Amino acid sequence: MNILSEFSYDNVDNLQFDVLREIGNIGAGNATTALSQLLNSKIDMKVPNVELLGFRELPDMIGGAENLIVGILLTLEGDTDGMMMFMLEKESAHHIINILLQKDLQSFEDFSEMDLSALNEIGNIIAGAYLSSISTLTNLTIISSVPYMAIDMAGAILSVPAIEFGKVGDKALVIKTQIAQDDKEVNGYFVLIPTMDSYIKMMSSLGL
Amino acid sequence: MGNMIKVGMADFNICQSPDAITTLGLGSCVGVTLYDSVRKIAGLAHIMLPDSTLVKNNSNIAKFADTGIDACIDMMVKAGASRQSLTAKIAGGAQMFAFGSNNDMLRIGERNVEATKKKLKELGIRILVEDTGANYGRTIEFYPETGALLIKAVGKEIKTV
Repeated sequence: MNILSEFSYDNVDNLQFDVLREIGNIGAGNATTALSQLLNSKIDMKVPNVELLGFRELPDMIGGAENLIVGILLTLEGDTDGMMMFMLEKESAHHIINILLQKDLQSFEDFSEMDLSALNEIGNIIAGAYLSSISTLTNLTIISSVPYMAIDMAGAILSVPAIEFGKVGDKALVIKTQIAQDDKEVNGYFVLIPTMDSYIKMMSSLGL
Repeated sequence: MGNMIKVGMADFNICQSPDAITTLGLGSCVGVTLYDSVRKIAGLAHIMLPDSTLVKNNSNIAKFADTGIDACIDMMVKAGASRQSLTAKIAGGAQMFAFGSNNDMLRIGERNVEATKKKLKELGIRILVEDTGANYGRTIEFYPETGALLIKAVGKEIKTV
């Protein structure tokens, strides 16, 4: 417990890393099931990648600072304060909308209000599934806000969670999950940003 | 044409003509360009947070408006720039997500802009151009040869100011 009171994201040890990976695994697993039901098709998930990245490398994980992405953000309250963000690369966003609404969109310019709203709802369902499994696992209440969506440069979207991490350290914790439908890859990234207090609560509720 | 020097998040650097300096995808962060037009030296700081005194973990001075701008100017002065002849152009500080609430955590872009302007005022540095706020990301490039700041945003025309 003493170790945790001194905790910063800059010095996560191996055990905590494993726990985070497991949290990512369970959360993303649930989210993938939700997406699979929504799209009514089989979706596979790869083993999540948990990484602590410096701010400079952060945008590179999602194709560089100027890469156009969709970011869906929820703020968290309850036992766990913080933010949760779900990001999709643009091809993946097109792909999901095309399956769900049976369209043939190729670019963001083609998105209508309706498509954007559907995308936002997908983000909400996926993030909700992710959070509810973490809530069950840790026995902590997590209340999430309505989803907020932005389509913009990766660097600009990532600046929001990065700033939250920036208050407590110089690295950001990212759980990256790749999901695939048949031969088509859908790249989704989850960023869970508990406040320091909430992080400690999560870890201690898991017996660490 | 010189090189393009890249500045990352929570980072700063300087450059001299004919090189140029850039930072990509500014969101709620603020990009501060400082310029000595006589010696054609420019500095760029990518500010993430307003105030180093409000944060426990503040060893990375480049991250904060109050310390990052100072550090960037020191570096420029070492390279031969004159403190008295600096001017500034600032961009960024957007609110990327349309939160309804007035939560301080969510107004960070605005607070970064306020803190940056306050710091520049304290230092007596005039702000020539400000392109801040709104809800979109910006990429900026600064050319010390001419003192021009180029601002790019998704779906918008490139601005030179």
